[in-house]
Amino acid sequence: MKYFLSEEELMVKELAHRIAEEKIIPVRQKYDEEEIFPHDIVKIMAESDLFRVFIPEEYGGLGAKIFPMVLAVEELSWGCGGIALAYAGTALGAFPIILFGSEEQKSKYLPKIAEGTLAAFALTEAEAGSDAANIKTRAEKDGDYYILNGTKQFITNAGEADIYTVIALTDPNKGARGATAFILEKGMEGLEFGKKENKMGIRASVTREVIMKNVRVHKSQVLGKEGRGFIVAMKTFDHTRPGVAAQALGIAQAALDAAVKYANQRYQFGKPIASFQAIQHMIADMGTKVEATRALIYSVARAIDAGFTSPKESAMTKVFASDVAMEVTTNAVQIFGGYGYMKEYPVEKMMRDAKITQIYEGTNQILRNVIASRIIKEAK
Amino acid sequence: MGIKGIIVIEENCTGCGICEGNCPFGAMEIVGGIAQIDYEKCTLCGACEEACPFDAIEIRKEEVSVAPSLGEFSGIMTFAEYLHGELSRVSLELLSIGRKLAEKRGTSVSSVIIGDGGLETEARKLIEHGSDVVYIISGPEFRYFNDELYSEALVSLLKEKRPEVFIGGATALGRALFPRVAADLNTGLTADCTELDIDESGNLLQTRPAFGGNIMATILTPNHRPQMATVRPRVMKVLPADPTRDGSIENFPFNPSLVKVVKTIKDSVKIEGEGINLADAEIIVSGGRGVGSKENFKIIFDLAKELNAAVGASRAAVDAGWISYSHQVGQTGTTVSPKIYIACGISGAIQHQVGMRSSDVIIAINKDPDAPIFDIATYGFVGDLHQIIPILIREIKNIKGEA
Amino acid sequence: MNIFVCIKQVPNTAKVKWDLERGTLIREGVESICNPFDLHAIEEALRVKERTGKGKVLVLTMGPPQAEEVLKEAISLGAEDGILISDRAFAGADTLATSYTLSKAIEKIGNPWIIFTGKQAIDGDTAQVGPELAAMLKIPQVTYVRKIVEINENNAVMERLTDYGYDVVETSLPAVLTVVKEINEPRLPSLRGKMKARTFKPVVFTSRDLDVDESRIGLQGSPTNVKKVFQPEMKKGGEKFEGSAEELALILVEKLKELKVI
Repeated sequence: MKYFLSEEELMVKELAHRIAEEKIIPVRQKYDEEEIFPHDIVKIMAESDLFRVFIPEEYGGLGAKIFPMVLAVEELSWGCGGIALAYAGTALGAFPIILFGSEEQKSKYLPKIAEGTLAAFALTEAEAGSDAANIKTRAEKDGDYYILNGTKQFITNAGEADIYTVIALTDPNKGARGATAFILEKGMEGLEFGKKENKMGIRASVTREVIMKNVRVHKSQVLGKEGRGFIVAMKTFDHTRPGVAAQALGIAQAALDAAVKYANQRYQFGKPIASFQAIQHMIADMGTKVEATRALIYSVARAIDAGFTSPKESAMTKVFASDVAMEVTTNAVQIFGGYGYMKEYPVEKMMRDAKITQIYEGTNQILRNVIASRIIKEAK
Repeated sequence: MGIKGIIVIEENCTGCGICEGNCPFGAMEIVGGIAQIDYEKCTLCGACEEACPFDAIEIRKEEVSVAPSLGEFSGIMTFAEYLHGELSRVSLELLSIGRKLAEKRGTSVSSVIIGDGGLETEARKLIEHGSDVVYIISGPEFRYFNDELYSEALVSLLKEKRPEVFIGGATALGRALFPRVAADLNTGLTADCTELDIDESGNLLQTRPAFGGNIMATILTPNHRPQMATVRPRVMKVLPADPTRDGSIENFPFNPSLVKVVKTIKDSVKIEGEGINLADAEIIVSGGRGVGSKENFKIIFDLAKELNAAVGASRAAVDAGWISYSHQVGQTGTTVSPKIYIACGISGAIQHQVGMRSSDVIIAINKDPDAPIFDIATYGFVGDLHQIIPILIREIKNIKGEA
Repeated sequence: MNIFVCIKQVPNTAKVKWDLERGTLIREGVESICNPFDLHAIEEALRVKERTGKGKVLVLTMGPPQAEEVLKEAISLGAEDGILISDRAFAGADTLATSYTLSKAIEKIGNPWIIFTGKQAIDGDTAQVGPELAAMLKIPQVTYVRKIVEINENNAVMERLTDYGYDVVETSLPAVLTVVKEINEPRLPSLRGKMKARTFKPVVFTSRDLDVDESRIGLQGSPTNVKKVFQPEMKKGGEKFEGSAEELALILVEKLKELKVI
């Protein structure tokens, strides 16, 4: 389908595709199996300027746009959803600073991210998943400083990233209005990381706890205003959910490509299985849904870049794309039959990688609540 | 006058389109029943001229006004490559070509050998294999191959002796040295020939593969002397030595101190063990992706050892880090043409094929019956190399009586 | 100080095939690419610059106007400027005329520090332009370079592949270095590089721009010419054997005996 990409957008897409094809695909199976964090690939992405596409020009970027970031995530994920997450997770860590950072904070951190320094975003806790307002991490004021204590869970890029946006309670009595966002740096005293989680999928990505033990943070590290932590988080997600959606899309496209190629090569009953209608109809549905996903994500990303950010539409991209990815990868394994279940072929990994996209950055259940409440409210 | 170099003779052209199909650069097109040349794309390679059945295409070169006095040049000279105390095999192969050419021209064969002394034995060997005169250029400076020194020495020899043909081996050394000499003499050079012949007017017919082995081209050097070419190792047989052959040995004086030395060879490392020298090997055992690991390459080396063969590899095996680049055969590695090429676990991508398909006999072992290597293999074995090769080694040892 | 890289646009020879029935080359789907070895030459030039902080990377190519594409590719990788040597008068050049023309372009720009090329081009496979260029410029050459060990403004130490192993060579600079694939892994382009390449227009040198002797360029200046081009004998698949490993190994032994190998 024709999406009328600009020349720059096409460049991003083609370059990210090339990185996926030449650099990611040859190593993805190994990195997945051995849980290797892709520092080498991150370096290539950085040298190719991919981190610059979502950073404003004045900070060494190429224009703080969502759409090229989405294109890059899609193509990198087409290679490997896990390896791509080092990139996508950094975008998630960078957007709070892009959206809410002071001039000083932006000049301090964004040029580094543009050069490929990894970032992370830390909200989730053991008792606060979908119920984000239930976080327990405290930030107590001490003169010009805050003292942070608490543990964040399931944090993408934790331990590998240098820059962290952390949401902590400055006033536990105010509930959601008592949360504040802070920028933390790796190496600060008391900032520690838990063990690497052993995951079902996206195994080349790293997930750890972020543990704060009396971390002393200067007030200049507060992102936005005190008490606005949840607004920072929600606005950030509105910008980055199409990125997660793009990750799901890339995985789905890869599974479709692999399934179609296999269906043409695999002979049963003396014919390629692609000639059987049972397979053809599966491929038709997979192809249609992948294309619908792409059309939705691209439209929403373009709308955000044009200044029309909508929590509902951002949530829709993630819900739809991740459900499609799960369905398409599952069917790809089905088309591969017994071979699809084997690690020798790439589709079982795609199925494992797809699953997380239904869970993180808001479970699809919570996001359906968001979508429904907005739709119902709009109708009143 | 705006030389276009190539023209279509319209009255001969039938618009058949053969030239269109033969042009490697997409420069020919039939428009209104007549061939048209896109001069932007044409490189004057001559493929269309050769292909045209109607003599409707002609590449014209203006006659050189001052033709060099070609008659002043006579005799065939070969270059004898001597490194690490050894005369390379191709040096002897060149003598059989040299003799063939000399007989056609009714002239003699001379050779030149360069080294750091003690070359009389080697010179004698050259005579026994077909040389009439051997020039020795000797001195401590010639211990290693130093391009500039070797080149200066050869240029002064060639200027004095004036052979009509000067040939060398298409080895790493030959392919570095010959172009430098040719440029200094302002003459033509054809690399990597697989066939040499000479016509009655003294034109050396130099045939070589081009375009990744997709085409063969016969090249002439009509107006310049000496006509220079490098010849692929192993394309000619070595004549049996004749200890009674007569010939003379001359020391050619060359004073290296006249050359401003700009380069020193600090060390020349010879890697011992089988067959780093792929280009010169009679048998090559080559391993690809199917070998599976660095450790597994041992059986490839073992088999090579039993067969006294060199070890090759596909790009996939080199890229995986199982074996070093110097073993790589193919488009971005070395081009080889041994008598026997044994491809083990190599699927035979076209990039690999262009580097080895001129081998006399190709033996392929591969699990996948559809692997493209079987399209060109003389003998194809569909099976697992990890099972077949150990049995093969055992059998060979049995035959040799070593078991 | 200039780091020159001489590159060539070539047809992707791996995709060229013969139509055996018609006896013609099948060109369809054969795209033009930058000679693969030259990508390693560009990479090494960029690395020398990054490593020493010295030199300007200038890429040269001789060819028709569309050869500009390989210069753009070099720019997208980080080369600072590109020069297209293009003129009908240069067409039909063999390696000698090509080297002569390149040497004149390098002399015109001047101040060479290193001149890189790939070890050979995949269409001609001659490996001649590097050494011929060095001879024309009267500077040293090191072919098949696989590693640059040390480099400064006046000198470099490197390793070159030989048929036996490798040599350690120290040379004065400027010199012509031809590189093998082993020397490095070429980088991918950057977005900023691609943006620069998009609007990049190379300086074009015609025969009038260079101080050339007309009798030494193009077809006229080429001592060699192609007499005929023909199709090589193509290998066809022969016998194919299937069976147990034991059976196959024994057949193979028989074949090797027939070939008098054992």
